[in-house]
Amino acid sequence: MRQKMTWRQITASLAVAGFAASPIIALAQKTTEQGIQEYRDMLADGNPAELVELEGEELWKKPQGPKKVSLEKCDLGQGPGVLKGAFATLPRYFEDAKLVMDMETRLAYCMVTLQGRDRAEVTKKVYSGTAQPATEMEALSAYIVAQSKGMKANVPQSHPEELASRARGEKLFFYRGGPYDFSCASCHSIDDQRIRLQGLPNLTKSAPAQAAFGAWPAYRVSQGAVRTMQWRMYDCFRQQRFPELNFGSQVSVDLITYLGVQAKGGTMQATSLKR
Amino acid sequence: MAIGKPMKIRAQLKGDEVEVKALMSHEMETGQRKGSDGNLVPAWFIQEVTATNNGKTVLQANWSQSVSKNPFLSFSFKGGKAGDKVVVSWKDNKGDTRMDEVTVA
Repeated sequence: MRQKMTWRQITASLAVAGFAASPIIALAQKTTEQGIQEYRDMLADGNPAELVELEGEELWKKPQGPKKVSLEKCDLGQGPGVLKGAFATLPRYFEDAKLVMDMETRLAYCMVTLQGRDRAEVTKKVYSGTAQPATEMEALSAYIVAQSKGMKANVPQSHPEELASRARGEKLFFYRGGPYDFSCASCHSIDDQRIRLQGLPNLTKSAPAQAAFGAWPAYRVSQGAVRTMQWRMYDCFRQQRFPELNFGSQVSVDLITYLGVQAKGGTMQATSLKR
Repeated sequence: MAIGKPMKIRAQLKGDEVEVKALMSHEMETGQRKGSDGNLVPAWFIQEVTATNNGKTVLQANWSQSVSKNPFLSFSFKGGKAGDKVVVSWKDNKGDTRMDEVTVA
């Protein structure tokens, strides 16, 4: 009976055959995650997200909408126009809107209230297609999150609405549904789980949650675009075959709140680089 | 002819060399790719790259279609010092240009 060759035997036989076996062995000893990390490090100096950040800065300062004003007076929780550290403390409860909002929802809110734009118009196309230029929301997000780089995640849990949002988010995280009977937890509550080659973080634990919350929004190399936290939730819903997640919906904000609270104390690294 | 999108440049003194890293914003279309309408996307790429240090040219390059979208250029040169002004500029096949500067840290 023929036996299947193990990886070790294959590399050994290659070595005997006189192939350049050493790099093959070196590769085999590296885990996929290490390999991906190395790739990210190589690209880190030239993260294209920085170009999107520059675009976002322009958009932030550009007067738009019927009222012809910029977003510079937009209050992201640290006072009007204060961006430093704002993203690290979102989602939070906003007294003026009487709602818990994440950064992108709040941005859309500012576009409507400050610039007088139509909500349907500003949320019509929030995610860019493959090889398309960044949308306004993506560019602004990249700019805003970059102002929290290096800071600690501190999503507030002081207002009853903030507590309720986290509680709903947790419930949603474990809620099984859809044609595959999937929940977020199906993929994200077990250590060292993968989908194809991508590591799936166990978001019920602090350290992986911190890494995940700190890394988004991120530049997705394979898609050539900056992807936002709302997109991350939207795409997870798609992968679960859940109904389409509406931009800025309560479900999306609650899930981000849950993740944010799980990630308390983590370092904000966005806009980071993903494969 | 138009002005391109801003680029991001870093210049740092390392020993006796200045290390420059520039990230340019450009589509870099090869002219071989088909768009969603089935037609070829016209070629559009950076052709000339120049870098100067206090006005003196330290790098000159002729690029073509083979360079990726949003090109990242890293190089180092001798003879620079902290406070010098490094200017990187490019010109593409449509005649569009962009010039950005940075102070050596």
